[in-house]
Amino acid sequence: MEDDKPEKRRHDSTAHPIEFGGAVCPVPLQDYPKIVLGHGGGGKLSGELVEHVFLPAFQNDHLNRLGDSAVFQATSLQAIGQRLAMSTDSYVVRPLFFPGGSIGDLAINGTVNDLAMSGAIPLYLSAAFIIEEGFPIAELKRIADAMGAAARIAGVTVITGDTKVVEQGHGDGCYINTAGVGVVPDGIDVAPNNARPGDAVILSGTLGDHGMAIMSVREGLEFEAEIQSDSAPLAEMVAAILRVCPDVHVLRDPTRGGLAASLTEIAASSECGIVIEETRVPIHPIVQSACEILGFDPLLVANEGKLVCMVPAEFAVAVLTAIRSDKHGSDAAIIGRVVAEHPGVVVATTAIGASRVVVTAIGEQLPRIC
Amino acid sequence: MKHLTEYRDGEKAKRLAGEIARRVTRPWAIMEVCGGQTHSIIRNGIDQILPNLVEMIHGPGCPVCVTPLDVIDKALAIASRPDVIFCSFGDMLRVPGSEGDLFNVKADGGDVRVVYSPLDAVKIARENPDREVVFLAIGFETTAPANAMAVKLAHDQRVENFSALVSHVLVPPAIETIMNSPGNRVNAFLAAGHVCSVTGFDHYRPLCDRYKVPIVITGFEPLDLLEGIRRCVAQLESASASVENAYPRVVSEQGNVAAQTLLDEVFETTDRNWRGIGSIPQSGWRLRDTYRQLDAESKFDVSTIRTQESSLCRAGDVLKGAIKPNQCAAFGTQCTPRSPLGATMVSAEGACAAYYNYGRLVPLEAPNKNVAEQA
Repeated sequence: MEDDKPEKRRHDSTAHPIEFGGAVCPVPLQDYPKIVLGHGGGGKLSGELVEHVFLPAFQNDHLNRLGDSAVFQATSLQAIGQRLAMSTDSYVVRPLFFPGGSIGDLAINGTVNDLAMSGAIPLYLSAAFIIEEGFPIAELKRIADAMGAAARIAGVTVITGDTKVVEQGHGDGCYINTAGVGVVPDGIDVAPNNARPGDAVILSGTLGDHGMAIMSVREGLEFEAEIQSDSAPLAEMVAAILRVCPDVHVLRDPTRGGLAASLTEIAASSECGIVIEETRVPIHPIVQSACEILGFDPLLVANEGKLVCMVPAEFAVAVLTAIRSDKHGSDAAIIGRVVAEHPGVVVATTAIGASRVVVTAIGEQLPRIC
Repeated sequence: MKHLTEYRDGEKAKRLAGEIARRVTRPWAIMEVCGGQTHSIIRNGIDQILPNLVEMIHGPGCPVCVTPLDVIDKALAIASRPDVIFCSFGDMLRVPGSEGDLFNVKADGGDVRVVYSPLDAVKIARENPDREVVFLAIGFETTAPANAMAVKLAHDQRVENFSALVSHVLVPPAIETIMNSPGNRVNAFLAAGHVCSVTGFDHYRPLCDRYKVPIVITGFEPLDLLEGIRRCVAQLESASASVENAYPRVVSEQGNVAAQTLLDEVFETTDRNWRGIGSIPQSGWRLRDTYRQLDAESKFDVSTIRTQESSLCRAGDVLKGAIKPNQCAAFGTQCTPRSPLGATMVSAEGACAAYYNYGRLVPLEAPNKNVAEQA
């Protein structure tokens, strides 16, 4: 499927029955270029959708068996560790395709990263689609292919799934839920309440790329250059961190709510204070400009391919080096430290040497009037 | 981004703060008029590096905060109508009216949309000829030109389903009201740079002469603000009072003449009610008669709105500089950004929200000092 040309197919699909090059099933997909209610009915149309869209995208024996549930061996996992990690997340992003990724990448990377943040090696995912009647099948195919590609890059397998179709007007194109299972290697104890005074706070790269990429596309805002989402899997980076510092205290991916939400949650659950130096927080200049224009605080903007970690100070440089060696971590920086003072509160020291409390947003950030 | 980082230089900021500290010999209270300046002062912690003798008082220049309750209630009533698409800047959506806010209206099925430019609202009107599109045109002189442009465009192009709910406010009458108020403690003003980029600063001279009060046109970055404060202190210490432009990279004496012409064509001055402060004569703009058919207040019958302000909220005292936000009994308890009693707790530029968001660790000496001074 790697040589598919989604753009071309998308064009063709509006006029002709869809033929997917390399499809595993010889039975042609019925000539519906768009999703109809019947695609979620569990009958022939549903089966065709699975065979022509999902099976080729995810390509694995577990899925190909089409059982009610996927069954996998636990013995091979036990060699790595005795504890399993499980996570689920739903994806409702608009637009579905944006600079730097799509809902498909997000649905894989988001769950992979949630597993990785507990120190787990992500292994198996489920994928459930809620699709709005009338949604172009070619676009669904693009999404599924993006998921397949992201899964292969992240080293996970999508072994079970589900499809439902809702009437037109009852959905926003396509919603995806993924759940994932991973195994936590023995000896690893990463948890949000493990931060300790003295720990170094390390951020793996620039803040706010995903949120501002979505914002600029959604609202038709144009900046001097296109802002790209940072959607990326972080399991390899986590593995690299754990290799140089098995005693990592906290790992967190600052998605919705941004770094501010992650740090305040960690400070609260660890009953420690956190101090970050604002000038050390890496922010892409275009993202900074976009935030200034809209009155957004980059600390509150969502990321989809970044992590923040708390590690004992003596491992800070080694961990920083490990993160920077990863292809998604070249801009990593030590941005602050965990302190015993002001437990539960995150303080930022500002460029002029003063300080302020970092708080989370109430809901979504609202663009300022002027 | 060079234009920002070079005005956020920590070393230069400390040098400016040092100059201010060397110059100051007596306590002075300086009011930054604009909410954007309040936000920057609290976010960057500028008040923390100033000498104790210099006190910053946060002025009434947050457009979201001073928009009167009856306008918010009218907005809620209009936005609730099924035939209306209601367009607003984002931070107006959470401003509490007598009952709920625009988010509540949206959740109840109202078509409330955030726009980034009033011209987007005109575009939405053109695209939806069978719906009434109403734009909430609020703000100071800064936002007024774009709003005037939208009204003029809709008028000239006969976009008849577009109207604006107008509640513009003007800075100079507010300064005058503050100087005339009996308990006034303000010794000097940082005038808002963005406002002056539109209006110029000629009309600040009569105020400066009448009240013998230094007025320094000031920007929004840390170094801009510190330079404005430095110039205020220098004037105060030498017992002089003049209008100075400390933001020349943006503001010229005559301002934006094209914008002024447009404003004059579309708007006329009117008495305006300021939320928390009360009515200030000739302190607002409304649509001229030529554009009256685009006035949402005439188009929709909202004249019978009755407003109900929270009895606990002391936003008015905050806006006039009489108290600091954390001296209000409701601050941080009954009133938080999650459930604001007054508009000053809503906008990022509101003094109460700025204090709540950034200032909880600020030592409480400052408010105590004020109480002592007032007593």
